[in-house]
Amino acid sequence: MADVTAPAYRVIPIIPALKPGAMEGVKSFVANDKIQEAIGFPGQLVDDWHDKVIAKMGELLGKYRSLKVYMDACVHCGACSDKCHYFIGTQDPKNMPVARQDLMRSVYRRYFTLPGKLFPKLVGARDLTREVLDEWYSYFYQCSECRRCSVFCPYGIDTAEVTMAAREILDSVGYGQKYSNEIIGKVHKIGNNLGLPGPALADTLEGLEEDVKEATGIDVRFPMDVKGAEVLLITPSADFFAEPHIDSLIGYAKVFHATGTSWTLSSMSSEAGNFGMFIGNYEQLRKIALRIRQAALELGVKRIVVGECGHAWRVAYSFWNTLNGVGEGADPNDQFAQMLQKQLDHRYKQPMHICEFTWDMIGQGALSFDKGANDKHIITFHDSCNVARGSSMGGYPGGQFDIPRNIIKAVANNFVEMSPSTTHERTFCCGGGGGLLTDDLLDLRVKGALPRMEVLQQVVDEHGVNFMACICAICKAQFTKVMPIYGFDRRMVGGVHQLVSNAIILGDK
Amino acid sequence: MSALFAILLYLATLVFIVGLLYRIGGYARTPAPLKIPTTPAPTTSTGVVLRITREVLFFESLFKANLWTWGLGWLFHASLALVLLRHLRYFTEPVWGWVAFIQPFGIYAGITMLLGVAGLWARRLLVERIRYISTPSDHLMLVLFIVIAVSGLTMKFVSHTDVVGVKNFMLGMMYFDIQPLPEHPGLYVHLFLVAVLLLIFPVSKLLHAPGVFFSPSRNQADNPREKRHTSGWGKKLESES
Repeated sequence: MADVTAPAYRVIPIIPALKPGAMEGVKSFVANDKIQEAIGFPGQLVDDWHDKVIAKMGELLGKYRSLKVYMDACVHCGACSDKCHYFIGTQDPKNMPVARQDLMRSVYRRYFTLPGKLFPKLVGARDLTREVLDEWYSYFYQCSECRRCSVFCPYGIDTAEVTMAAREILDSVGYGQKYSNEIIGKVHKIGNNLGLPGPALADTLEGLEEDVKEATGIDVRFPMDVKGAEVLLITPSADFFAEPHIDSLIGYAKVFHATGTSWTLSSMSSEAGNFGMFIGNYEQLRKIALRIRQAALELGVKRIVVGECGHAWRVAYSFWNTLNGVGEGADPNDQFAQMLQKQLDHRYKQPMHICEFTWDMIGQGALSFDKGANDKHIITFHDSCNVARGSSMGGYPGGQFDIPRNIIKAVANNFVEMSPSTTHERTFCCGGGGGLLTDDLLDLRVKGALPRMEVLQQVVDEHGVNFMACICAICKAQFTKVMPIYGFDRRMVGGVHQLVSNAIILGDK
Repeated sequence: MSALFAILLYLATLVFIVGLLYRIGGYARTPAPLKIPTTPAPTTSTGVVLRITREVLFFESLFKANLWTWGLGWLFHASLALVLLRHLRYFTEPVWGWVAFIQPFGIYAGITMLLGVAGLWARRLLVERIRYISTPSDHLMLVLFIVIAVSGLTMKFVSHTDVVGVKNFMLGMMYFDIQPLPEHPGLYVHLFLVAVLLLIFPVSKLLHAPGVFFSPSRNQADNPREKRHTSGWGKKLESES
């Protein structure tokens, strides 16, 4: 992968000229039959894929209002056309959100609308051919489902919904992606995306306890499978060993320690990530979410807290209550949800983000910090797409932007914002989300990071920023990989709780 | 000719109403299994109503996206609304006071509508990205509006038609009592294309009009932790496990 180079920064961030076909050849590795069959999909592209694709599309149009409305409502106004980081980085017109949707919309029009059946050329409808199917595979795995386009669409059309539907259709005919589907298999078999078995996890946690003891002299625990603990922490498995993720895990542990909160991890359910969302498969999304429910019931915890992970927080915040009943406001006759509701402590939001937890504790004065410990850092904050546009925090609109920033400002002295056209709801995806964090897509990932790297360079030049904090395991992994290609130090990226960890005063509890 | 136009307009109106109700029914019946508002989003249903209202009246999201498209699009739609309201005078006797009041504005709105739609077409032709995503029907739709507007304005400013006769025809249509339609080529073009517009409405991108109200990313309240969101088929999975 030595030939992957970073695209040049745009001198003025103008909208790039089109380079048709620029990313045509990009094709993420296709899943083999073993991977496919392990999660209930056909092993190979089925013979009657054409009819199956149309049938599946019809089924999804009946199951998802989003897809049905979004297929009809687009007027090709072009509001979204310059908003996607993959379009900006690759200049391939099919990476414009509207054009990506049209890959499916053209087929929808041909098979499901009268004008498309009668006058296909007139309305841009086309037959479903093998070339079209391959094109779907190529370009629907060049979308990170970050929803930036949906912010700007006058009808709120969310390309993520279309991408998810396309991937679901492709999977159903045996045309799945190796990266996402292999990981889903691992969650079911081993309990987390990285395939880290329980004993290895126990070892890792023990090692962490020793490391923290050595560094601070204090016995900070990393408990696992403790029945009756108050908090069950569900965190992305990258937090257990990847750099810089692990430093945030240490941060969570220190916060729990300093506030005297009893907590536990679960070896059975040691993953916050849920790639079922990436492939748009409701059954997988639900099955993976149910593991958390099972762990919560088995361990008898009162609260569920989620670690720093973007899409996981979207699933937890927006979907868990629907999928596994972690939340409130269920119908009294809803036995499925009530089972868990009796156990959870409803004085707290369920689920709760670790940033909400920490910020609450700061507000209560339960934590104290030596802000000077972070003085070596001039910090900026990258809003992760799924947190920014697919979830919230604090129970009010925009809390997902304020709370992580509030924490940073509480634990550090130097904080700088990046350009407002690239933060908050307008944030750019890191370039590696939505099931694209795989080396076979590295070229795409590097190009997709361009808009973020450009504005990061600005604050580096103007303010000497040397640390970009974020709250997403995928962002952290993506940036540590692509930033060196842009000439940045990979250690510039880290979690918000890494900064908390640096500054927190543990005392001698 | 009067009978022909009467049949065409009845047919077009019928297709428009039945077709649109059918499409809206389809949107309404299709479940939204998960909470997917684009956040930050309002947490209450009042907030959602305000969000959709801002979207419908002011094109809030488009404003964030692109000022040119927003300006031209808003000019076109606002003018179109005024023009449509102005035309109520052909369907009411006596004419309602406020309809009489907006007549002069409605006439100038015909001009601004034409400017807006022409600007949108120029954008579609001149901007490389927009040209790339345009289908022949996207261009034709704009042509349709341009010809409707020009034929209407011609009757006002160039070659008058017998508006009293037009009104008699329309009022007659409303009571299934067909009156003679004034002979005027501009009027024929105008009415024929309006009928075409009504006919294609339920099968074209004009469905963005009802669609905006049914878009889950805009019409859902952001309260998933506080209120369990369920849907028919999603809920059924629970009894199976």
